[in-house]
Amino acid sequence: MVCTFCASGCDDLQITHDGRRVESARNGCAISVSRFTSTGQSRISKPLVRTKGVLRPVTFGKAIDRTARILSNARYPLLYGWSQTSCEAISKGVELAELVGGLIDNTTTSCHGPTILGVQDVGEATCTLGEVRHSADLVIYWGCNPIHSHPHHTTRFTIFSKGRFRRTRKERKLVVVDVRRTDTAKLADRFIQIQPNGDYELLTALRVAAKGEEIEQDSIAGVPTETVEELAEMMTDCEFGALFFGLGITMTAGKHRNTEAALALVRDLNYLTKFVIIPMRGWFNVTGANEVTTWQTGYPYAVDLTQGYPRFNPGDTSAIDAVTRGEVDAALVVASDPVSHFPGAAVKHLLGIPIVSLEPKMTPTTEASEVVIPSAILGIEASGTIYRIDGVPLEARKVVNPPPGVRSDVEILDAIIKRVKRQGRRR
Amino acid sequence: MSQARSRELGKFSEEYFRSVTVCELDPDDMTELGTMDGENVRVATKFGQVILRATVSKQGPHKGVAFVPYGAWASALFGTSTHTSGMPTLKGLEAIIERAPGSKVPTLQEVTRLKVG
Repeated sequence: MVCTFCASGCDDLQITHDGRRVESARNGCAISVSRFTSTGQSRISKPLVRTKGVLRPVTFGKAIDRTARILSNARYPLLYGWSQTSCEAISKGVELAELVGGLIDNTTTSCHGPTILGVQDVGEATCTLGEVRHSADLVIYWGCNPIHSHPHHTTRFTIFSKGRFRRTRKERKLVVVDVRRTDTAKLADRFIQIQPNGDYELLTALRVAAKGEEIEQDSIAGVPTETVEELAEMMTDCEFGALFFGLGITMTAGKHRNTEAALALVRDLNYLTKFVIIPMRGWFNVTGANEVTTWQTGYPYAVDLTQGYPRFNPGDTSAIDAVTRGEVDAALVVASDPVSHFPGAAVKHLLGIPIVSLEPKMTPTTEASEVVIPSAILGIEASGTIYRIDGVPLEARKVVNPPPGVRSDVEILDAIIKRVKRQGRRR
Repeated sequence: MSQARSRELGKFSEEYFRSVTVCELDPDDMTELGTMDGENVRVATKFGQVILRATVSKQGPHKGVAFVPYGAWASALFGTSTHTSGMPTLKGLEAIIERAPGSKVPTLQEVTRLKVG
């Protein structure tokens, strides 16, 4: 079985179940076990519609009817989330966004959006995680802590994995660059503690050093120049290097300029040796959200379909910006919790517009919604395609039935699309 | 990791509340602040402030750097500007941290109200 928590896509889970509930998830990390065995916790069992200020149970048909009315009557609906559902559901989401003339954005916008902007500018030297496992003799984790966020990444794909050409820990070097000595850093052969917001500076200095040029300063972003030169030497001297980077680069000052510097460093290194760069994507199908949205609209996230053709202009057509400006007048949220995670001014606007949530469990966003439609948990109660960090598609399979009356995101979105088509668009 | 595990129990669970309402501090910074492990602190940025439970970081030393897990409480400290990238700045923010032994960590409902003013 494939795990549907993080985007490492571990496919070695052994599940036991009694037909209704998962009893155990062998080989899973602690997070995976919690996900598979806690499906009953905080569940929403029935569709809910807000009446006189209170969410009350209704039939599925009534919830779909209300949803279709909200989306059809909106001038600028936002369709947001999508990283914890299947590619098939995301495809339906794009169809619905086009139908209602909305803005479709996924959670990339507030995690690795800057990575995508960097890739669009610089390009990306990449490979599959299998190639890293078999060949990488230098692994760098920069601004990420996979021991906590992607617990089996090191054992399945990097330093502790048994590859064809690199079989033991001793045959690989691990470097960690972070502002804190994380639990991943404690495993490293070399830990480089960088000052907050110093990533662009250090990445650029490494490009200089890798080209054999002299660095004039004594230290770069709190790192002695000697250390920078030693790291550059490790990078140029390795046979197969893999740089994994996380939100420590994308969420700090510089954002897409940081990711551009990282991608350019790896591009430079490929003139001297073999080097790849792979972002540590978070949710299990956030990569799939980018893939599907790109197939169907030409753009990976933040796609505005209000004009009848796709527009992509992050900062303008991205969810947090459009909501903060007060332009969005309705929201369909699929498997996400923007009321918790968006900044205050954006949340203030969200709370004043009708929200429809498709979600298995109660969240602050479902609490604030006009309509809540319970959904099946992908990879446990529903099947579908997901994309791993490295762009490899995997099949997440259903093992137990969802609670009675609970449908998959695909079924729910299909019903909404049919209802919107039937009642026609009113603007 | 406890944040991710407890999230599966539900956003309104006690386990989730305890895992995301912390501010991890360097031991030297805690001494300088005069705060103890488990005491409440007020974390303020130019965008907002929130009461959190101070805890000794196990990922130290990182003097001058504090860590707050992603969640409703952390997002009370962010601004909305994305610098035309779509992405607000969620890390590397300057913050003032002070002791707040008499203040209570807000619940999930309370922190949402706090965020919207």
